[in-house]
Amino acid sequence: MTKEEKQRLRKEKKQQKKNKEKKDDNASQESEKEKKSVSSSSSAPQPPTQPATQKGGSSCCSLKNVHDMVQKVTLILIFPVVKRLPEHIQVDNPDVLKKLAKKLERQQIPLRLDYGYKVSLFSHLHQYSRKAPLTQQLSIPSSVIHPAIVRLGLQYSQGIVAGSNARSVALLHAFKQVIRDYTTPPNEELSRDLVNKLKPYISFLNQCRPLSASMGNAIKYIKKEISNIPSQCKEEEAKGKLLNCIECYINEKIILAAKAIAKYAIEKISDGDVILVYGCSSLVNHILCEAFEKNRKFRVIVVDSRPRLEGREALRRLVQRGISCTYVLISAVSYILPEVSKVFLGAHALLANGYVMSRVGTSQIALVAKAFNVPVLVCCETYKFCERVQTDSFVSNELDDPDDLIVTRKGKTQLEDWQQVPLLGLLNLVYDVTPPDFVDLVITDLGMIPCTSVPVVLRVKNVDL
Amino acid sequence: LESLVEYFRAQMRKDPDMASAVAAIRTLLEFLKRDKGETILGLRESLTSATDCLTGVDSSVAVSSGGELFLRFISLTSLEHQDLSRCKKVMEERGELFLEKISMSRAKVAKLCHTFIKDGAKILTHSYSRVVLRVLEKAAAEKKRFSVYVTESQPDAAGRQMAEALRKLNVPVTVVLDAAVGYVLEKVDLVIVGAEGVVESGGIINKIGTYQMAVCSKAHNKPFYVVAESFKFVRLYPLNQQDVPDKFKYKADTLKTVQNLSEEHPMIDYTPPSLITLLFTDLGVLTPSAVSDELIKLYL
Repeated sequence: MTKEEKQRLRKEKKQQKKNKEKKDDNASQESEKEKKSVSSSSSAPQPPTQPATQKGGSSCCSLKNVHDMVQKVTLILIFPVVKRLPEHIQVDNPDVLKKLAKKLERQQIPLRLDYGYKVSLFSHLHQYSRKAPLTQQLSIPSSVIHPAIVRLGLQYSQGIVAGSNARSVALLHAFKQVIRDYTTPPNEELSRDLVNKLKPYISFLNQCRPLSASMGNAIKYIKKEISNIPSQCKEEEAKGKLLNCIECYINEKIILAAKAIAKYAIEKISDGDVILVYGCSSLVNHILCEAFEKNRKFRVIVVDSRPRLEGREALRRLVQRGISCTYVLISAVSYILPEVSKVFLGAHALLANGYVMSRVGTSQIALVAKAFNVPVLVCCETYKFCERVQTDSFVSNELDDPDDLIVTRKGKTQLEDWQQVPLLGLLNLVYDVTPPDFVDLVITDLGMIPCTSVPVVLRVKNVDL
Repeated sequence: LESLVEYFRAQMRKDPDMASAVAAIRTLLEFLKRDKGETILGLRESLTSATDCLTGVDSSVAVSSGGELFLRFISLTSLEHQDLSRCKKVMEERGELFLEKISMSRAKVAKLCHTFIKDGAKILTHSYSRVVLRVLEKAAAEKKRFSVYVTESQPDAAGRQMAEALRKLNVPVTVVLDAAVGYVLEKVDLVIVGAEGVVESGGIINKIGTYQMAVCSKAHNKPFYVVAESFKFVRLYPLNQQDVPDKFKYKADTLKTVQNLSEEHPMIDYTPPSLITLLFTDLGVLTPSAVSDELIKLYL
């Protein structure tokens, strides 16, 4: 147990005493996830060897192999915790920023600075510029961060790896590399030390680009697997087991899930259908290609939007397979909808109250489709289900580089001096949230469920875990 | 298999008040008892083919859903015993148990629903549904005064049968045309219909004309209640009317004889969950979104 952790825990106690005084209602059982996504070190497992003196009589302290859950429950009982918001949506709060800066300094990761004027409704979110990747502030080769992670961070921040499945798979592959190169230092346990090694990597990746819900779930799974490694296990064996676990996770939750979803989705595609898709979802493209292989006769309308123009990638993939496609921009969606028989949408995450979080523009398409009485089907694997609840797109979102909105037409770039104009803000949102009333059906690897049944699936899954 | 069909028809004739799904399950139980198979897998396969055969006789949704649920209910035990004959015995016992449970289901539904009928209420119902009849019987037995409007429900005029049955209970009843639903809705307080099948989204499949009634009652802000037993829950998820499989839409004889189905009138339609207020089942009073929860519990 290092000095830093002791200091952190002492600070923790002080802050919680302050919170107790401020707020009336104290006991909150669901702070686990929030605590995890905040400075993840603050929900650190109990100090293994320094017991009662630190924590004032916490009962679980001296046992090393106590399950995570018990630790957190006792933490809650000793320090009734008020639910804390994650740091990445409290950017306008200077205290939170100071805490973040201190934490990053401790982990020896550079702090990425926000760029440009932020629209006031979204001033609580980070806004980074693609021209200033975090890696420029790092010394290469970095002593703290594994090179595979540095590369991954760069790929995320430059948008080379984009799309929720792609990002999760890339993350898991990078973690596999980290585990392969890992050696346990003397007098340390693999199950504890590896988790602590991963924390600065996760902070670094978070700085490069905020983590997605699917990545969050993958990281939770890995951390659980690592802490479940028994202490007698030899290092080689443990590493092999972990690599195997990660392989299994990718295989089951992503690859096989896609096959299962395609099987259910193909039942819903009949001959003569006109299917509308938005942007580039790897899952939806997979489904359409599978349906085409099974000789279903349909045609596709690809809807696209600036500034990412991801629809072009989807168009390329579908046309290569021989599917007949039409391409429109999102402004023409109400013109084209009378021709459409079904809408297939991908999802970034499914929230616990049934709302669908997806690429910005999705909720617009779902709204217009509802007005035209066209069925909207969302395809989503179960590993993207998250326990968060959100009813609007403002609270938690991501702001992309505002310079992406600047476009040069006929040699003129109108907005290139936008920073000089006071009070002009360029807003480049990445996600939006669709209410469950607009979605008719969600296709998951467990089957076809209505949008309101997401909490049931979460409950069933938690029982399995 | 021929004898099976005969047995099924005999069951239906013997007790016209019994749901066709219950008759189907009785038949399947009888089939299980007579079966001379050697393996569990063979048994399951022959039961599935028997169910298909029965749907060939009576193509309603409830028969196929009842058959599937029966199969699920009994096969949960098949892994425990080594000896086939003991296994079969356990399956038969569970089958009897299942049958007993579902025979009680109509009574349970009636007990839940009759409290929603207030004194002096005017009720609108569609076509002939034995469950709705049972509910109204119970309400009449509780000394509630209410009057009923029944739609004629062409093409088989089943509504008249319902009106006859209600007159026997001394309930004032009026038969209205199917086209008069919008006209009569301002006079009624609530709408109660039965269901042939309850689908995963929480919507229902019922006699043609139900969807119209649901849309009109939504427009008039009248509550639309559905009464159904739990064995009618089926693993379908239609997105719209044309998504309902053809094998349920038309009578079994029509499917076998007619070449061009587009000239036939469909016998059922699909009512989406947004138009339904509450569903009364033997599992309790459910909102349409809770149906999926129950289905996950039953099937997964």
